[in-house]
Amino acid sequence: MTQEPPTTTEGPLLEVTDLQKYFPVKSSGVIRRTIGQVQAVDGVTFSIGAGQSLGLVGESGCGKTTTGRVITRLYDPTAGSMKFEGHEIGHLSKKEMHPYRRDIQLIFQDPYSSLNPRHTVGSIVGTPLLVHNAVPKNQVVDRVQGLLETVGLNPEHFNRYPSEFSGGQRQRIGIARALALNPKLIVADEPVSALDVSIQAQVINLLQDLQQKFGIAFLFIAHDLAIVRHFCPEVAVMYLGKIVEIGDRSSIYETPHHPYTQALLSAAPDVKQAVVGGRRERIRLEGDVPSPVNPPSGCRFRTRCWKAQAICAEQEPPLLEVGGRQVACHFAEPLQVVSSLVAESESEAPSLQDLSESGDAPVQVS
Amino acid sequence: MTEVLEAPQSQGGAPAASGSEPFLVVENLTVQFPTHDGLVYAVTDLSYSVEMGKTLGIVGESGSGKSVSSMAVLGLHDIKRSHLTGSIRVGGREVVGASAHTMRRVRGVDVAMIFQDPLTALHPFFRIGKQISEAYRIHHKVSKSVARRRAIEMLDLVGIPQPDRRVDDYVHQFSGGMRQRAMIAMALVNNPKLLIADEPTTALDVTVQAQILDLIQSLQREFGSAVILITHDLGVIAEVADDVLVMYAGRCVEKGSTKEILTKPEMPYTWGLLGSIADVVGDVSKPLIPIPGTPPSLLSPPSGCAFHPRCTYMDKVDGGPRRCETELPELRQGRRADHLLRCHISDPDAVYESEVKEKIG
Ligand SMILES: Nc1ncnc2c1ncn2[C@@H]1O[C@H](COP(=O)(O)OP(=O)(O)O)[C@@H](O)[C@H]1O
Ligand SMILES: Nc1ncnc2c1ncn2[C@@H]1O[C@H](COP(=O)(O)OP(=O)(O)O)[C@@H](O)[C@H]1O
Ligand code: SF4
Ligand SMILES: [Mg+2]
Ligand SMILES: [Mg+2]
Repeated sequence: MTQEPPTTTEGPLLEVTDLQKYFPVKSSGVIRRTIGQVQAVDGVTFSIGAGQSLGLVGESGCGKTTTGRVITRLYDPTAGSMKFEGHEIGHLSKKEMHPYRRDIQLIFQDPYSSLNPRHTVGSIVGTPLLVHNAVPKNQVVDRVQGLLETVGLNPEHFNRYPSEFSGGQRQRIGIARALALNPKLIVADEPVSALDVSIQAQVINLLQDLQQKFGIAFLFIAHDLAIVRHFCPEVAVMYLGKIVEIGDRSSIYETPHHPYTQALLSAAPDVKQAVVGGRRERIRLEGDVPSPVNPPSGCRFRTRCWKAQAICAEQEPPLLEVGGRQVACHFAEPLQVVSSLVAESESEAPSLQDLSESGDAPVQVS
Repeated sequence: MTEVLEAPQSQGGAPAASGSEPFLVVENLTVQFPTHDGLVYAVTDLSYSVEMGKTLGIVGESGSGKSVSSMAVLGLHDIKRSHLTGSIRVGGREVVGASAHTMRRVRGVDVAMIFQDPLTALHPFFRIGKQISEAYRIHHKVSKSVARRRAIEMLDLVGIPQPDRRVDDYVHQFSGGMRQRAMIAMALVNNPKLLIADEPTTALDVTVQAQILDLIQSLQREFGSAVILITHDLGVIAEVADDVLVMYAGRCVEKGSTKEILTKPEMPYTWGLLGSIADVVGDVSKPLIPIPGTPPSLLSPPSGCAFHPRCTYMDKVDGGPRRCETELPELRQGRRADHLLRCHISDPDAVYESEVKEKIG
């Protein structure tokens, strides 16, 4: 057995402060100079308690995967602090990091490319056990079979290759591998986006069962707002490398305060909302997300924001506590974008028009 | 063949005049591919129709035959490599077995298709404007400068900023959302009467998806065209389709108006799909109810009802699971005339109301 990482019981399991990850942009040509930085993650702060789930949502390129990869130390952070059980792990060497690796595991999006096609399922799931000397060699097969059973696969199939399994089954193999070392935190990066809906639900239920059974904490990354709402009591919304809003699920979904959160919710296609639901705000963003090499000054969302004023280009809005969540917007105010209640009277409902035209006090939404 | 679209609640009372059929009529379409491993039963006995101005959503998991069935409308299957039977009529014209000449007209003028990946339609080596104007010139005898003006007009129509400048760009100079718009511009350049959109937004972010779906809808309103929207996302269907056709293992298993199918579904597979998805509103403590197992291989579709290996409602069938395993359920009428379903349960509406609704609603 390798040494156990020291443990403490107080404070959150993972505490991330002002985390930054920049990728250099190189010039083409023989001498490749650094000509800029991709500001993929730029000052992200959050924490996750033991056994809790934090959802990370936002559109592609906003820095979700990079955040997950820095936390699992597949990437080194450019700046900022990451504390796991109170111990700074952001700058540990490979060797110093080793004992923490078993505690922090990653589940990948693509069940096809994340498993080595030349290795059997037994070897894929068993390798972490061997690397960390987690069980005596002669017990590895037993443990692997136990893990396969835990994730709903036939334990007899440990000798098969990934190509013999469907997408959903492969994702289960990836989950079994992540579980092998009894992790305390799993970073799940779009774990179901590549799967058919009926299979997505199977995998989500499996992850929920495992979380309850083993008390694992999750950083759950997805672009699907409905799945994140289902899985995570706490949710962070990212835009261009920054968290723009973070709070508990009901604050984020029922009374979003950031215009970007509001736009995302308004655009998410949803059966209940469309067919049964009541009022829904229609917010359509124009254009595309700007480049993270040259992000806009001040608030990074301002180029697409319908509320933007001069101050938005001049000052970066800090992430502040407003209405029970944290939000980074100079003009943060609640707007109920989606609602399952059928609006009895349209006139009573605060509409986007009212909000943006009259600079009135924030509308109360119950 | 108007049973789908004769919505009983439609205002005015008079359904489509009995003499004229809907713009697209697909009848008993079957498409099979002989392969090394055997015959792939990609589409079996599929019938549907779409009227001008309407959007039909086709939903189902990957491999259920959505793309194969709609490619048949455009005559895109190689007759040497596929067995295709049934009838497909576009504006009254039979497509199955039609001459190359007829198909060129159908493809260029009557029907246009857009895909998930814009690079299947847009060539990387040619300027975008050039590709759009050439598509126009194939069917219109106009000068290059007139065609170029048409291309700029189309780019403007689909919301490309500064279209007179961007018309000379190459695909790689466009963002993902703009590529999708450019493909739509090219598809619409000849004012097609039917637009088939095959997973047009699957690769896009939600805010861009919303822009593209809005665009398709507003163009449809403007030109009164018929639209087939293929997707695996019931949310997208709920937002934009008038009618929905649910496919499983190459067959239609349920069909009707979108509101009817999504609020009063009568087929266990549709129940399964609805139970599998999370929502942005409603009770979060309700667990998802997945469909067990995986979609079948179309090389050897299951006997009887193709859904039976995954169905959890076979005990509701008179005659029991045996029937589901051996006997193919016919597509039959549900609680309304425009609601069709394929299941042996004799009163699926009652089962839905008493046992299913509470769980998945
Ligand atoms: N290894 C890398 N080198 C350079 N740029 C990268 C690298 N990984 C990600 N990026 C860039 O960083 C930004 C954030 O990417 P990513 O974290 O993958 O976003 P998300 O997962 O939210 O889609 C994007 O602009 C992406 O192009
Ligand atoms: N050219 C082909 N040759 C052999 N099989 C094919 C061909 N095209 C599609 N198929 C098979 O037909 C079935 C239906 O495919 P498709 O219509 O593309 O599904 P969907 O669009 O619903 O995901 C699948 O099993 C697919 O593998
Ligand atoms: S016919 Fe039988 S197996 Fe098929 S959906 Fe109905 S109950 Fe289920
Ligand atoms: Mg990612
Ligand atoms: Mg397809």
